[in-house]
Amino acid sequence: MEKILMRGNEAVAEAAVRAGCRLYFGYPITPQNEISEYLSLRLPQVGGVFLQAESEVAAIHMVYGAAATGARVMTSSSGPGVSLMQEGLSCLAAAELPCVVVNMSRGGPGVGNIQPAQSDYFQAVKGGGHGDYRLIVLAPSTVQELVDLTYRAFYLADKYRNPVEILGDGMLGQMMEPVTFREPEFPPLPPKDWAIRGKGGGHRKWIVCLDLDPKGLEELNLKLQRKYRLLEEQEANYDTFGDPEPEILLVGFGTVGRILKSVVREGMREGLKLALFRPITLFPFPRAALFEKAKGVKGILVVEMNLGQMLEDVELAVRGKVPVFFLGHTGGVIPTVSEILEHVHGLLREEIRV
Amino acid sequence: MKVVFERPKTLLEKPFTYCPGCHHGLAQRLIAEVIEELDIADRTIGVGPIGCSVYIYEFIDVDFVVGAHGRAPAIATGIKRSLPDRIVFSYQGDGDIAAIGTAEIIHAANRGELITAFFVNNAVFGMTGGQMAPTTLLGQKTKTTPLGRDPQVHGFPFRLGECLSVLEGSAYIARVALTRPQFIRQAKECIRKAFLTQMEGRGFSLVEILSPCPTNWGMSPKEAVDWLEEKMIPYFPLGELKVKGCDSREAP
Amino acid sequence: MKHHEILIAGFGGQGILFLGRVLAVAGMLEGHEVSWYPSYGPEMRGGTANCTVIISDEEIGATISDRPGVCIVMNEPSFFRFAPTVQPGGLLLVNTSLVRAKCEREDLEVLSVPANDLAKLYLDGAEVTNTIILGALLAWRPIVQRESAERALAECLRGKREKLYTLNLKALEVGWEFVEKGA
Repeated sequence: MEKILMRGNEAVAEAAVRAGCRLYFGYPITPQNEISEYLSLRLPQVGGVFLQAESEVAAIHMVYGAAATGARVMTSSSGPGVSLMQEGLSCLAAAELPCVVVNMSRGGPGVGNIQPAQSDYFQAVKGGGHGDYRLIVLAPSTVQELVDLTYRAFYLADKYRNPVEILGDGMLGQMMEPVTFREPEFPPLPPKDWAIRGKGGGHRKWIVCLDLDPKGLEELNLKLQRKYRLLEEQEANYDTFGDPEPEILLVGFGTVGRILKSVVREGMREGLKLALFRPITLFPFPRAALFEKAKGVKGILVVEMNLGQMLEDVELAVRGKVPVFFLGHTGGVIPTVSEILEHVHGLLREEIRV
Repeated sequence: MKVVFERPKTLLEKPFTYCPGCHHGLAQRLIAEVIEELDIADRTIGVGPIGCSVYIYEFIDVDFVVGAHGRAPAIATGIKRSLPDRIVFSYQGDGDIAAIGTAEIIHAANRGELITAFFVNNAVFGMTGGQMAPTTLLGQKTKTTPLGRDPQVHGFPFRLGECLSVLEGSAYIARVALTRPQFIRQAKECIRKAFLTQMEGRGFSLVEILSPCPTNWGMSPKEAVDWLEEKMIPYFPLGELKVKGCDSREAP
Repeated sequence: MKHHEILIAGFGGQGILFLGRVLAVAGMLEGHEVSWYPSYGPEMRGGTANCTVIISDEEIGATISDRPGVCIVMNEPSFFRFAPTVQPGGLLLVNTSLVRAKCEREDLEVLSVPANDLAKLYLDGAEVTNTIILGALLAWRPIVQRESAERALAECLRGKREKLYTLNLKALEVGWEFVEKGA
C-alpha cells in the first residue's frame, strides 16, 4: 500500500473523511489549524459540510445537533478551545451522542503557549465538564497510529454512543511521517434508530440532556456507569515493548510514549533491563494490564509532558505494590532520550538498589 | 354539529404546565397550528432551550433536540446542515437567546442559516425565579434589580430583533404579542411567514413573541397583560422588522 | 545503522520546510523511517523557519534533536542560534552568501556553499537556494541517493508547482557540481 508523507493534522482529517465523517465544525486555534484547513476543501468534495463556527462553544453544540441526526461528525481544537467545549461535551455524554473531538494539546494553564504538552490529561479522562461522565480517550503516538485510531474513534463513538476524544499534542499534529490508510474492518454497528430525523410517518422522538426527576437522572447516571465499566472490560488498550522481565518499567502515552521507546532501545543496548508500557486508551485506562505488567519490576518510571497527571492512574493501577517515580516537563518542554536515560540510571543507583 | 374550533393534532393532548396568565401555551399552540396547516410535522425538528421554554418538547408532536442554555441556534445549525431538507426551529426565552446565547443567535442569523427562531420575551428570567433579563425594562424591579433596573449599572433593555434585522443573512424578523385576538391573528401570520422564509430558502427568520410573566412580575394575569401593553410594547414595538424577498446570498 | 538528525534553519521564504520535506520523502522512498517536524506558530510570523528531519533505520522516538548531526544554516541568525548545538564531529552546512560570520568550532566539518551567488551565476537568480543547498549536501554526504532526491522533488512539486520541477533539478545539479568540482 502506498505510503504518503503527511502532517498529523492532515492525516487525522483525511482519516476522518475515510471513516465516514461528513460534518465538521471548528474554530481556529494553533497548533491544529491544518485540520480545518484540510477539511474545508476535502469535505465538500464528498458532499460533506465544513463550517467555521463563531467559537468553540458554538462548534461543539453544532456537533451536538449534527450528532443527534445520526451523522458522523467531528470537531477539533487545542487546550483553551477544548476548555470552552466542556459544556457541550457534558451534554453530548448525557444525551449519549457519538462524536469525535480531537485535542492537539498545547502548553497550559491559561492561554499558555502553543508548544506540545500533555497537561490536558485530567480534562480529557476525568470528565472535564460538570457531572459524572467520561469520554473515551485515545492517545496516538505516531501519525500512523493517529490515522488508525481515528477510524477506531468513530467506530467506538457509534458502538457505545459516547463522545470520543483523540488526545494528541502539537508535535503529533505538526509533524510529518509516512502513513498508509488501511481501512479497518469493524463488526457491524447497531442501527441508529434513536437519531432525530423528523418523525416521518412514525412516532416522534426526542434527545435531551436533562431529567428533572431525581430518580430518572440517577437512572441515567447508573446506565452511564454501566457503559463505562463495560468499556473498561472490553476496550482498554495498550502497547508494550522491551525486556520481557524488566527491572524498570517506563510508562508514558502519546508523544512521550514514542520517546520512551527510544529510551528502552538505547537502555537495552547499554545492558539495562527496561520495558515500556504505553496506554493507548487513556479512558478506559488499562489498569488490569498494567497491574500484571508491574509484577516483578523494581520500579516504575512515569514520564509525562505535564507535572504528574496520568501518574495518579498508574499509582491506582499498581495499588502500592511497586514504587512509582515520576519525571515530567511542561509548558512545551519535551523530555529527551538522554535525560530520561540519565534519570533511569539515577534510579538504579540510588532509589531501587538491590 | 359543525366543529369550528379544535385542538390541532400537532399539539399533544396534555395540559400545559405553565403558570396562569403565561403566554407560552398560546405561543406553542400557534406554532403547532402553523406546522399542521403547512403539513410539515413529519419533517420538522424543534430545538429546545433551557428555561421555561424548554417544556415545548412535551407539548408539540414533532421530533425534538434539547441542549444547553443559549446554544439552540448552534444545535439547530448542526441539525439543518446535516439534514438540509428538514424544517428546523428553535424556541428560546430572553435569557437564553439574548444573554448567554447572543453570539450563537447573531452568527446563525448572519450566516443566513435556514432555521427559524421563536423568541419569547417576558423581560425576566422565568425558571430561575425572576432575575433581571437583558430585556428587563428600565426601572423594572426584579430579584436582581430590587430597586429597578438602572441603566448606569445594567445598561439598557436589549432589542434583539432590531439588532438581527440589520444583518445581511436575516430574511424575516417580526415582533408580536398575544394580548388581544387581533394580535394573535397577526402573530400566527408572522409565524407562518417565518416558516415559509425557511422553506423557500430565503434566509434566517425570527419571531419575537412578547409574553407576560405574572408570577415573576408579581401581578395578576390581567395586570400583567395591561403592563405588557403599556410598558413593553412602547419599548419593543410590534410589527415586521425585516422582510427580505430574495436570497441574500445571491444578492450583489 | 543509518541514523541522521538534520536541522535546517533560515528565513521564511527560503524554502526551509520544503527542503526538509524533500529530504524526508527521499528517505521514505528509500524505505527508511522518517520524520519531519517544523517550528510553528508565532515563531513563523517572525520570519524565521526551521525544521528537523530524521532519517533512520530504527523507529523514530523523539522528532526533535538537541544535538543534530547535520545542521544547515541559510542565514546569519540561524548560524548564531544553531551552530553551537551541532554534535561534535557533525556537519555544518553554511549558506555563505548570507552568513558572513566564521565558525569558530574546530570539532565540526564545515561545508560552505554560497547558494545565492550560485543561483545568480547559473540560474538567473531564481529562488531555489534551498535545492542548491540540497544538491551540495548530498554530494558531500549521501544521506539519501541523488536519484531519490530527484524523485522526491517530483513528488513534492506535484500539482500546481509541477512547472518548477525542471528548475529544481537544475538547482540540485548546481549544488552537486559545486561540491564535486571542489568546494
